[in-house]
Order: sequence, then C-alpha cells, then structure tokens
Amino acid sequence: MKPIMELDNVEKTIYNDNTNLNILDGINLKIYPQDFIVVLGTNGAGKSTLLDAITGANRVTNGKILLNNKDITTENLAKRAQFISRVYQDPKLGTSPRMTVAENLLLAQRRGLPRRLRSRRLKENLPKFKEFISTMPTLDNRLNTFTEKLSGGQRQTLSFLMAIIQKPELLLLDEHTAALDPQTSSDLMAATDRTIKEKKLTCMMVTHNLTEAVKYGNRLIVLKKGKIILDLNTEEKAKLKEEDLLEYF
Amino acid sequence: MNLIVSTISQGLIWAVMAIGLFITFRILDFPDMTVEGSFPLGAVTTVMLIQGGMNPELAMLVAFVFGCLAGFATAFMYAKMNIPILLAGILTMTALYSVNLRILGKANMSLTKPDNVFNQFGLDKLPTNFNGIFLGIIILTIITFLLTVFLNTEKGQAVIATGDNETMAASMGINTTVMKFIGLMVSNGIVALTGGLIAQQNGFADVNMGIGSIVIGLSAIIIGEVIYPDVPLSIRLITVIIGSIVYRLILMIVLQLGFNTNDLKLISAIILALCLALPSIRAEFFKVFRNGVKTK
Repeated sequence: MKPIMELDNVEKTIYNDNTNLNILDGINLKIYPQDFIVVLGTNGAGKSTLLDAITGANRVTNGKILLNNKDITTENLAKRAQFISRVYQDPKLGTSPRMTVAENLLLAQRRGLPRRLRSRRLKENLPKFKEFISTMPTLDNRLNTFTEKLSGGQRQTLSFLMAIIQKPELLLLDEHTAALDPQTSSDLMAATDRTIKEKKLTCMMVTHNLTEAVKYGNRLIVLKKGKIILDLNTEEKAKLKEEDLLEYF
Repeated sequence: MNLIVSTISQGLIWAVMAIGLFITFRILDFPDMTVEGSFPLGAVTTVMLIQGGMNPELAMLVAFVFGCLAGFATAFMYAKMNIPILLAGILTMTALYSVNLRILGKANMSLTKPDNVFNQFGLDKLPTNFNGIFLGIIILTIITFLLTVFLNTEKGQAVIATGDNETMAASMGINTTVMKFIGLMVSNGIVALTGGLIAQQNGFADVNMGIGSIVIGLSAIIIGEVIYPDVPLSIRLITVIIGSIVYRLILMIVLQLGFNTNDLKLISAIILALCLALPSIRAEFFKVFRNGVKTK
C-alpha cells in the first residue's frame, strides 16, 4: 500500500540562548490510508510542531514532506489546507465567532478552493448543511446561530465538522477534546472515532490522555525531544495497556 | 434649522469615511493610521484634477484609486515586510504628507473652478446644505449596498474570517495576506474618496486636513455601536451612518455652548474617549443596579 503522507528525515531547528535547538530531530514517518495514529509525548516533545510542519504553519529546516508522493515541503499553509485539515485544542481557534454555523460550514466547504463573488451559495447549501450537522445532536437546529453564542463543546464540534466537511486527505486533531469538560470531551471523542471509521478518514491525533491513546486509533507513536522513540503498528497497539505507556512520561 | 441641516449634511459625508475605516477597524480588526494620510491624499488629488479641468466625478474616482495605492503600501509593509500594522500605517501616513505636498505644490489650495459634485445634476437648485444631504445619501446608499453584497459573497466572508480568526482562516485555505490587501486598499480608497468630497464641500484642500480624521471615523463607529449594540454586520454599516450624524450633532451642541473652536480636536478626542468608555460604564451601572435589587 502506498502511503498518503511521508515524512522523510524532517528537522525543525530554532536558535535559542546561543544554541541550536532541534524541536523535530530527524522524524521519519509513513502514514497510510485510513491510519488513525495517536501521538503521545510530554510538553515540549515536538507534537504541535510536528502538526505545524505537516500543515505548513511552520516550515521545516531540513527534510521532505510528501503528500501522495508529491513534495509539499515548500508549499504554504493555504495551499496545503486543500488536503490537510486540523482541529485545534482551543475551541475559539477553529471557528469564526462573528459568523453563523452555516457560514462557518460554507467557509470550510470551500477550503482551498477559489472563493468567488457568489452570495447565493449559502442558500443553496443550507439543506445539505442541515443534514450534515444532524449527525451531531449538540448542533442540531443551530445553523443560523452565531458561533460566539455557542458553548465550548458546540464550537469544538463545529470545528470538527468544518475539518471533515470536505473530506481531507489527512485529518489532524491537536488535543481537540482537552479543553472540554469530561462528559463533553468523552462525547466528542466517541463521535470523532465513529465519524473517522464511517468516512474512512486518515487521521493523526495528538493527546495527553493515556486512556484515549489506548482506546482509539490503530497506530501509536511517542515523541521525546523531537524524536520518535516508540512506533507501534496495529497488532502491537492492540495489545497495548495504559500502564505500558507510563515509562515514557 | 439651517445649522442642524448643515450638521446632518456633514455627518452624512463623514459617514462615508467612517464606513471606510469600519472595514479595517471592525472587519479586519486592526487600527489603520493610513487614513490620516489617505484622506488628504484624496482631497489634494481631487482639487488638483478639478483645477486641471477634469470632470469632478472622474477626479474622485482617481482619488479612490490613489487611496487604494496608499492602502496597498501599508498592506505591503504589514503583510510582506512583517512591520506591525500600527507602525506600517504611521509610516505610510508620514510618507503621504510629502506626497500630498508634491501633488498640491503648496500647503493648501482653493477650488476656484465652479464645477464640483455638489452643484451638478441639479443639486445646486436645492435649498442650502440639502445638496450635501442628498449627495451623502446617494453615495452612502451605493457604498453600503456594494459593501453589504461583497461581505455576503465567498470573498467577503473570507475577508471577515481573516479579521475574525486569522488562524482559522488560514487553515481554511484562505490566503489571509490577500484579504488584508483587499481590506486595506478598499478602506483607504473610500477614505480618499471622502477626502475628495470634503475638499469640494469646503472649497479647498489642505495637506493637514487629515489630522484627527481617524478620531472622527472611530467616533462614528463607536457611537453607532453604543446606540445599537449586537446587530448583524450589514445593519452595523447603517449604525455607523447614524453614529456619524450623532457625533456631528454632539459637536454642534458643544460648540453652541460657547467652547472655543480651537478646542475642537480636544473636544473630539474627549467625546471618543467617553464613547469608548460608555459600554464599560453601562455594564458597571447595570451590575450595581442588579446587585441593588438582590440586596432588597
């Protein structure tokens, strides 16, 4: 099987206190279709930088990033957004507060595509959006609600829906349930897992939650000081127990 | 009565400028000092072109384009050279002072040609100051309509998203740099257009006429928001127009109370400061009021 994404010796170096600091230190990773990779690591391990490198929010110092065998290392964030979507930890980062739920979904639907001077597209898409959000009960009947009026959980659910409305080649989840209360977090995580399976998405999820790390996904990697120190395949991950991961923290 | 008509006329014309400022201040969510330079740029360009024999409407169109170029300069420094927006605006504003002097050739110039937009299309047959009201309404209707339509298009939504949440906008594949360019250029184009209008209304252009113009525009925006909080974006454009008229009426009342006209800028700044503080004062008042009810 050909990988969707390939990270070839990716390095990110910053200059700090008169020394070069490797935030990402020779990352080699192949992501295959329908992989659900869980990424673990302590604070400062390089998890968010890895996602930044993949999305183009942060350019790598060395190495190559290939998407479907095409080198995208130098392509900007806007261009990569056509294929890669990301849900942030902070619910406020993923949505536009002064827009309604439907307007946010329209923005996401046009991700990476030319935005023309057309105002009727929203009206045309309303029935489709209505059906789309009906899979998430917390957002039902809220198409015309301004996003700033939504709760954190609802906003994060909307961020997730925005990330998948135009099926991405790769979905990145950056601790997307961490800022929510336990029940909302659990509900959103379950909905995320269900959706990823139903839509056959390829996903990489950063988390600090060991229970989630064991329960979800088919692969697991652990980052430490910018290096992958553990890379479990499907069979190995299936046997994984929560206590097995404690030695890495 | 004539004074009130004149004040409303001034309010309507300055509202055009406030709408231009609204694009950067409220939609893109950053303060743009360029307007203090693009406003006189529009004025001097219009006066020079009319004096040179150009049709007033065409002269204003050229002023609009020049204003767009001023916005482009600020956007370039901000988005491409990573200069903070406040500093980029101040740099353009400072540079425009020399540009305006170059265009005008001196510090100020009177408009001696009889033709201007306030006396064309039969507007000169209207009672005193009603031509300003009529023209103001027409221009505001056109600009508000065009802006509302634009903001409802996909491109317009992308501009709103850029100002609202740049991280999200970029992750939605929106080229936020282009959106900043569009916003700054259109905004300063409209401001320069207003400069051209005011120069024709006053009958002269002065390279210093931009000083304090940002305060006038911001006052209109803030007063509109204080009077009509929590209204949809398209309605907010109308609240800016109302805010501009109310601001002029407040100034008129203050001046009628006998204040020195030399203190006009000071009074303008105080009015804006009070308007900016009003939402907090109002919230504090309601908090005290509610607590008072509870203790009973």
